Amino acid sequence: MSETLIDLWRQFGDGALLWLPLTLIAYAAGLRLNRVAKNSPLANPLLIAIVIVVVLLVVTGTPYDRYFSSVQILQFLLGTATVALALPLWRQLETLRRFPGPLLLAIAVGSLVAASSAVGIAWALGASRETLLSLAPKSVTTPIAMAIAEQIGGLPPLTAILVALTGVVGAVLGRWTLNSVGVRDWRARGLAVGTVSHGMGTVRAFQVNEVAGAFSSLAMGVNGLLTALILPLIVKLFG
Amino acid sequence: MLESFILLLLFQLLGFVLAQVLPMPLPGPVLGLLLMFLLLLARPRLAATVAPAGDVLLKYLGLLFVPVSAGVMLYFDLLRAEWLPILVALFVSTLLGMVATALTLDRLLKRIEARRQPETETGHE
Repeated sequence: MSETLIDLWRQFGDGALLWLPLTLIAYAAGLRLNRVAKNSPLANPLLIAIVIVVVLLVVTGTPYDRYFSSVQILQFLLGTATVALALPLWRQLETLRRFPGPLLLAIAVGSLVAASSAVGIAWALGASRETLLSLAPKSVTTPIAMAIAEQIGGLPPLTAILVALTGVVGAVLGRWTLNSVGVRDWRARGLAVGTVSHGMGTVRAFQVNEVAGAFSSLAMGVNGLLTALILPLIVKLFG
Repeated sequence: MLESFILLLLFQLLGFVLAQVLPMPLPGPVLGLLLMFLLLLARPRLAATVAPAGDVLLKYLGLLFVPVSAGVMLYFDLLRAEWLPILVALFVSTLLGMVATALTLDRLLKRIEARRQPETETGHE
């Protein structure tokens, strides 16, 4: 009897059975807190889940690689979900067809400004190379940003958190910023929020205005692809 | 649902293989996304086949970031040393990028629509 109990405990201790449900529970808790906070971007479900999981790992003294190997199935599915991002991008194609040139140009300009000013400012303030490379893709939707960070030698976990924080900043300060530069057009406002703050900006944009949401969603997809195609090349050439 | 998963997994595999073969550095899942996007352009009807599993995965996309993100526990020292440049860069660049995109599109659309207006009017005459 006690032997089987010890066996059970060991299996838990190894985490193979424990960490997957715990990760799901942590994310569910994040979603619920976000709902309680009336979908405020400040109560970001991912950031909440990360805090819960990291606290549990630290408290139980679990090494990160053991945790990672027991939740590897989620990591695998992230690749699958990234492929599925083709769906929302394809659904926003009608939006792009109306003004392809101006839309692509505006997204490219914003993407370039966001990435280069992030790297430039952090560099001027003395950030390390790893930090700079993790910052560069932070305006892009998380699955693509993490893939880029890995590719160019940044730190994917840091990038994931920077992407989430960028989303919070864009979603919270978007309205105020765009008002203060006097842009009233919902198309321009949506595109701007989606270019710099990806999915979180898009969720926020849809809450405010349908047109802004569609343009935000388009910008998120296009900027993701654009950055994935260009950033690794830039780093290869100048890095 | 099953067909949807099969297609997504096959394109994930295709993206991975292509990433190994291509001379440019591109992430495999992003290549899979691109190929899937091209497939949808060529065969719009397949969107209904891809959607069931695809939309479920996208609904819980945030959950799938947790495994990698928890790895931030390995970089507490880096965060402690560099939190200030990181936060300043993050705030300023996000606002700058947003303003740059918004102003660019706003100006371009105003110019285009100002030009289109008289054109359509003369077109009616």
